[in-house]
Amino acid sequence: MAVARKEVTGLTARAAGLVGCLHCGSVWPKDTSRCGLCGSALTSRRNASLQHVWAWWWAGAIFYIPANLYPMLRTSLFGQESSSTILGGVLELVKHGSWFVAFVVFFASIMIPVGKFIAIAYLATVIRRGGAIDSHSLHKLHEVVEFIGRWSMIDVFVVAVLSALVHLAFVVNIDPGVAAICFALSVVFTMLSALSFDPRIIYDVAEVRE
Amino acid sequence: MIQEPPPTVPTGDLAELVACPQCDLLHHVGNVSEDASSRCKRCGTVLFAPRTGAIERLVALALGALVLMVVAVSFPFLQMSASGFSSKASVFDTISAFTGGLMAPLSLATAAFIILLPVLRLCALIYAVGPLLFGRPPVPGAATSFRLASRLKPWSMAEIFMIGVAVALVKMMGMASIGFGTAFWAFGFLVILVTAMDAMMCERTIWRLLAKR
Ligand SMILES: [Zn+2]
Ligand SMILES: [Zn+2]
Repeated sequence: MAVARKEVTGLTARAAGLVGCLHCGSVWPKDTSRCGLCGSALTSRRNASLQHVWAWWWAGAIFYIPANLYPMLRTSLFGQESSSTILGGVLELVKHGSWFVAFVVFFASIMIPVGKFIAIAYLATVIRRGGAIDSHSLHKLHEVVEFIGRWSMIDVFVVAVLSALVHLAFVVNIDPGVAAICFALSVVFTMLSALSFDPRIIYDVAEVRE
Repeated sequence: MIQEPPPTVPTGDLAELVACPQCDLLHHVGNVSEDASSRCKRCGTVLFAPRTGAIERLVALALGALVLMVVAVSFPFLQMSASGFSSKASVFDTISAFTGGLMAPLSLATAAFIILLPVLRLCALIYAVGPLLFGRPPVPGAATSFRLASRLKPWSMAEIFMIGVAVALVKMMGMASIGFGTAFWAFGFLVILVTAMDAMMCERTIWRLLAKR
């Protein structure tokens, strides 16, 4: 990315007494409530932004706990029942020597969600506190979190495919466990948490400092 | 249904301005030239990326993806066999894996993420942008459907599903032998088309096109 990291002394829509549309970028007089071009609701800043971020964050975090404790998959092999959690599934892959795939699942189901909880909490806390921040890095962090969050859904789809396909009479059967629901909800909630974050407030904090 | 007014650009000087959706910095768009992308001066977000022929390619890719989706849901996706038994699964079976009890909501969510929302998004895109190809004015509701399409983007997860399929295949390797059905290839190709479509689509450029004429 060849983005110059110099501070630009420009005018923001808000400072100019205008409001910019988050979706199409068009600019309207301050008190316009709906964008005339794309029809989106206009707000100079999403005021309750951080409250929404935290509300979805907690919902996601709460569901992430049972998602890890309960089984994702229930397998019966020749009548023998076994079940595996998210981490158990990763360890099984390691045991079979599928290092790369084990890493993919570990990354998508554990590193991304945990990293996301930490990153969003960090963003929201730093913004609330104000003071000296590096808005460019924080903005990059938010972009990464927003982009990568949906990839956590991989493990839910793995469960879906296995449960659909692996039904061979008495030989082998795979069924989804309750953690699959909890995990899917957790991913959806953290996606909503990242989406409710208004990135414009990152730069507001920087402007106050200047 | 509420009738939405046709899309219009702001009047006067405001038409010449664009606010960065990520950092709110104002830019002049009066001189944004064809075939040159412009980025925000402060945060580097791409503001406009107009390309010649973008609309044609966009509609072609969306139509292609829609056709592949029909193939993907009507043919078997994967089949496995072990110890003389075999089973086949279509994309629909994958979804209905969760039906029954607590798992029903998950089955709905999977259906939504890999079929319903992607199809809705593709249809909305074609409906909103298609008429521009023929130099027609935007159809009624074009703004609503293009807005819908852009909101659905993070929730269309066909590509993530394909990675999930790959992982599932590795997990089944020791258990059984796997055969690939027509739908598997159709879905894989669909993911490529949708990725190409997303890579070339510039939302803000299309909004300006929808407002012109
Ligand atoms: Zn707008
Ligand atoms: Zn910007």
